Amino acid sequence: MSAMQKLMGWVDDRFPLTATYKAHLSEYYAPKNFNFWYFFGSLALLVLVIQIVTGIFLTMNYKPDAELAFLSVEYIMRDVEWGWLVRYMHSTGASMFFVVVYLHMFRGLMYGSYRKPRELIWIFGVLIYLALMAEAFLGYLLPWGQMSFWGAQVIVNLFAAVPFIGEDLSIWIRGDYVISDATLNRFFAFHVIALPLVLIALVAVHLVALHEVGSNNPDGVEIKKKKDANGIPLDGIPFHPYYTVKDIVGVIVFLMVFSAILFFAPEMGGYFLEAANFVPADPLKTPEHIAPLWYFTPFYAILRAVPPMFGSQFPGVVAMGLSIVLLFFLPWLDRSKVKSIRYRGPIYKIALALFIVSFVGLGYLGLLPATPIATLFAQVFSVIYFLFFLLMPWYTSIDKTKPEPERVTG
Amino acid sequence: MKRLKNFIFLLAAAPVMAFAAGATVHLDKAPVNLSDRESLQRGARVFVNYCLNCHSASSMRYTRMEDLGLTEDQIKANLLFAADKPGETMKVGMTKADGKAWFGATPPDLSVISRARGADWLYTYLRGFYRDESRPTGWNNTVFDKVGMPHVLWSLQGEMVPVMKKDGEHEVIERLELAKPGSVTLAEYDAMVGDLVNYLVWMGEPAQLKRKQVGLMVLAFLAIFFVVAYYLKKEYWKDIH
Amino acid sequence: MSQEAEGQKVDARKRKFLIAATSAVGGVAVAGVAVPLVMSMMPSARAKAAGAPVEVDISKIEPGMLLTVEWRGKPVWIVNRTPEMLELLAKHDDQLADANSEMPQQPDYCKNATRSIKPEYLVAVGICTHLGCSPTYRKDVGAADLGADWPGGFFCPCHGSRFDLAARVYKGVPAPTNLVVPPHQYLSDAKLLIGVDAQGA
Repeated sequence: MSAMQKLMGWVDDRFPLTATYKAHLSEYYAPKNFNFWYFFGSLALLVLVIQIVTGIFLTMNYKPDAELAFLSVEYIMRDVEWGWLVRYMHSTGASMFFVVVYLHMFRGLMYGSYRKPRELIWIFGVLIYLALMAEAFLGYLLPWGQMSFWGAQVIVNLFAAVPFIGEDLSIWIRGDYVISDATLNRFFAFHVIALPLVLIALVAVHLVALHEVGSNNPDGVEIKKKKDANGIPLDGIPFHPYYTVKDIVGVIVFLMVFSAILFFAPEMGGYFLEAANFVPADPLKTPEHIAPLWYFTPFYAILRAVPPMFGSQFPGVVAMGLSIVLLFFLPWLDRSKVKSIRYRGPIYKIALALFIVSFVGLGYLGLLPATPIATLFAQVFSVIYFLFFLLMPWYTSIDKTKPEPERVTG
Repeated sequence: MKRLKNFIFLLAAAPVMAFAAGATVHLDKAPVNLSDRESLQRGARVFVNYCLNCHSASSMRYTRMEDLGLTEDQIKANLLFAADKPGETMKVGMTKADGKAWFGATPPDLSVISRARGADWLYTYLRGFYRDESRPTGWNNTVFDKVGMPHVLWSLQGEMVPVMKKDGEHEVIERLELAKPGSVTLAEYDAMVGDLVNYLVWMGEPAQLKRKQVGLMVLAFLAIFFVVAYYLKKEYWKDIH
Repeated sequence: MSQEAEGQKVDARKRKFLIAATSAVGGVAVAGVAVPLVMSMMPSARAKAAGAPVEVDISKIEPGMLLTVEWRGKPVWIVNRTPEMLELLAKHDDQLADANSEMPQQPDYCKNATRSIKPEYLVAVGICTHLGCSPTYRKDVGAADLGADWPGGFFCPCHGSRFDLAARVYKGVPAPTNLVVPPHQYLSDAKLLIGVDAQGA
């Protein structure tokens, strides 16, 4: 026995190191037919790590103080050695996180990854998405620019629309009557400690649940149904080395895109860093046009599409909330006999296409000022968005499906 | 001369929609070229001479101008008027309260003004001042109506007056015309403002040239990494049928 | 490996090589990210500006007087010593812990009897070598509270350490070593630059 084996034996008697390695990497059998869409899970994990690491280093120089915050960001950009790189990694990472997560969720919609037995994986995933939105929203206040300030002002005021307790609720959230130093300080605390802990915990249970039931695949068939004499799925391959070496290639391609943005267009034409956020927060002057960052705009457009009723903004807020809550029910709304879009009939394909068009359309409209024509479009898209979910039990059960294959099709 | 014509033509187009609420104003293209160090150095000089009296650039250290090819001694001798040490940031003596009392609003810090406003806006703005006796300062601006800032560079540019035209109900500015020449020609003035805007763009993010250099190296490195990783993947996936 | 069962011949050497190559390039990548992060913890431009050499006009320091300037956030004393003060310096070597400045508490060019470049000007960091208080300047010879043989010097109010006018520590006080003489140089008769020495960069 070599010294290394001895050491491993010593550890394994006390901690399931080898067993864990086998269970999650070398003997975790993933379907062999993963395609392009299956990169985004590991990429999301990569971006999470980037955000946490760069966040730690930003915290060393950032000052959560209304008087100092804006200047401390510029201090990082100029005076701190390589500070610009750390900051741009974090700001680019924020947007890229959503790019990756949206593509990851779209993959789930296409291949029915939320269906039995993966309902909990999906629910944990939606929770991650919610936590991520909260994390991004809180973090966006920290640079203390005009968009930080007024964006937070608008979103916190949504809580004021809640009947009866709304006004008190929004004051409690802000810790003041306007967005102020107190708000900045508590948002900082949530952004750097509370939500990262929640995110990491949710990611852990997301992965534990995934490794319990095994990965879905583009055919939507269960590889565990066909096993060889050793109990290994016939269409399964060990995650390590096959998917580790494959994911490395995906990671490098992703990093190329990431670097191209970070080094050559960190503002991404105003979508990743908005011009108005280079003006320090001024509580007395609203910028001419406020739009949330691009990853929130679909929901912002839904909010604006609902007209005030009974003199209250609340219905719009409810609609926005509902648009996310509906995601949780997806596993039970889908009544199709098959999981993957490959074997679904035309109705689901059209429904999904309409849904994507509506979602992207809402995202685009959320960036624009609310003109009557834009509002009309937003209303049409919102209706399609909701119908995609609400009519799903009906249209998925009447849809003509093709028979699923016995084995994955490569 | 052609440049002058272009200038007047562009300026004529600029204010057409100035009175239409929320309409975007036409902006002239600023001649930004961050690899032109001489232009940046000239711009830096204009900045410390004219802007830095009222506007601070409190995130910008004088020493950073070494990135523009200046030595510390050159910075000390030619650019360091408002501070004692080149390591200091570009502050102004004027207090915020004074600024508010004199101009109606505190002159904004200019450290990242180019990122907030954009180079073209600044270029058009600095060339868009015209005489307007109804304003307390005697000046108005084609892209910033009722601007609080006086035309600091008027002795150079001279006095511009608006040429009006009818646009439906309203009288709008068609273009600006030189009424009283300044100490330089309009073309020279444009070039000077171009240098200044070039400097402001650089000052908005002094690391940007380094950023792009590093970016090229990172992308080149990733390309090599890709090749190696691709062959590794290909080798292992031979097993999978 | 179960895959070998499928009849495909595995080129183990090629795999080993590719794994080594990928690991090496990946290692460079990790290092490439780690270096900027680690470097970001170095003193920033602001800290460096505060720590930059300080230029002092010494022509206005009256004989016998002390001027305190700030360098790297620490007080630096410049004392214009009178001929009488300099004369007293040599007369109490036996009471000092390190009269000949053997400890490297000064640049080499100040390892002399007056611990200075020009005899009359003492330049020293005004931080007690005991626990970091800033001693007071006591030039009053034979002060009542310091004893009749007090030749003038510095007295630390925190724990009673004593230093003479060459910033040398006395025996039997808490402070173990002489006060630090920072690197410095004369740009002209009136201009002193604290923070860099003449031969240094």
